[in-house]
Amino acid sequence: MIRIDDVAIRQGDFQMDQVNLTLPDECYAILMGPTGCGKTTLVEAICGLRPVSRGSIHLGNTDVTRHAPFDRNVGYVPQDSVLFPTMRVDQQIEFALVVRKMPRNERRQRVAELAELLGIGNILQRFPQGLSGGERQRVALARALAFRPRLLCLDEPLAALDATTKSQITDLLKRVHRQEKVNVLHITHSPTEAVELGTIVFQMVDRRIVQTTL
Amino acid sequence: MANEPVELRSSIGRRTSWLFWTSMSGLGGLYLALIVLLVVVDFQYASLSDIRTSLADERVIFSICLSLITCTLAAIFSIWVAVPTGYVLARLGRDAIERHLGQKPGLNRLARFLRQSVDTILDIPIVLPPLVVGISLLVLFQTSVGRSMDQATQSFFSWIGFPGIRGITYEIPAIVLAQFTVAAAFAIRTMRNTFEQIDDRPELVALTLGARRFRVFHRVALPQAWPGAVAAFTLAWARSLGEFGPILIFAGTARMKTEVLSTTVYLNFQFGNLRGAVVASLILISVAVIVLIATRLLLLGGPTGGRR
Repeated sequence: MIRIDDVAIRQGDFQMDQVNLTLPDECYAILMGPTGCGKTTLVEAICGLRPVSRGSIHLGNTDVTRHAPFDRNVGYVPQDSVLFPTMRVDQQIEFALVVRKMPRNERRQRVAELAELLGIGNILQRFPQGLSGGERQRVALARALAFRPRLLCLDEPLAALDATTKSQITDLLKRVHRQEKVNVLHITHSPTEAVELGTIVFQMVDRRIVQTTL
Repeated sequence: MANEPVELRSSIGRRTSWLFWTSMSGLGGLYLALIVLLVVVDFQYASLSDIRTSLADERVIFSICLSLITCTLAAIFSIWVAVPTGYVLARLGRDAIERHLGQKPGLNRLARFLRQSVDTILDIPIVLPPLVVGISLLVLFQTSVGRSMDQATQSFFSWIGFPGIRGITYEIPAIVLAQFTVAAAFAIRTMRNTFEQIDDRPELVALTLGARRFRVFHRVALPQAWPGAVAAFTLAWARSLGEFGPILIFAGTARMKTEVLSTTVYLNFQFGNLRGAVVASLILISVAVIVLIATRLLLLGGPTGGRR
């Protein structure tokens, strides 16, 4: 279970107060809200990239509020993928495993497993510069999934994709959620994505989060 | 007639385009012509036999070798300082201060003030007249701290088998230190600009993947900054080669001891040997061009700048 209790985030003039959110295990949570309401800020706070001034963030039984991003075990797929420009696709995927000193053969096995799941076996030796939007999203997903995170945060992963690719990645996200059994927090504007993917849907209203049904 | 699109007259478009590129390149072209002219008149003033005679002179060979060694050392030290400093300045900019200290207005203001002060201090060697840098270094090494550093340097060089180098002031280390003091400021500015142009989001993603700051810097940020580091190195090297004022004051111009190419030009000119000064200048230009082209080709893997 992921629990966000009474969290406050302040940055310049922007301010979020009394943010509460509880995600049950193995859920695919959708967080919706208008542009500029603080969805990305909240995800960055969950990942440890933005400090919170009050409240707590629990992953399972662990309070990670003051943990550094590298100690949280949260996978993060930002908007427009943000791949490492100087690494090949296979190096990007195994990055988190190299950091964790996983033996080479196990790393290769995990990369192959994810390449098959995400359909990127044919681009493993390529650099990100020549990849299409859909391929980049698949690589970013594989990179975030490699270390089996407790929570996978997806920041508008389908926003910049054409209709066909969007539908392919939507199917892929369903498969990834099923096979990897990972908790997902997916940010979007799109009610269609919420209906297709979400097992639980939240809406941000006046910088507060409320559970909703579509 | 009323619904017909208004066509652009293509001959006007072509003419405007030609005018645009000509006027835009005009001023740059004039500057290019000035540089070429300067080199050409130097070559016309001194004959090839003058250059050959100079290159047979052991004092000139000594100053070429000493220039190459000291410039390379100063550039290495500069880049060694510039890479981490440039990274810190770029990443601890206004946004980062806002992100981490946004909730504490007092600390936020203090951090921004400190950041601006550090920026200004690091730019001092760029704006100071070179002679002032030399005089300040000389004064520094008159203090007790400076004298201890002088003694420590002498002991170090004796220990590694160079007893001839007796400290820093008026010795070869003074040349390197004088060159480094100015060149590092330029290298830091280049590296700061380089890191500022590199998106920091991949580094944030790397943190969420479990990497610590050192690994993120080494594996994600630094490989992207490689072309900028080469630019900073070559700039530091070139600045060091052209450095004269601080060397004159802090290292002196002792023949076969602390004489580098820029001081050779000065010494020849000072003693009324204009032809010798021009020949030394031509050697200086040739060495600079050869080394800078070789560095770019070697480090970036091609004239276009490798990965760029």
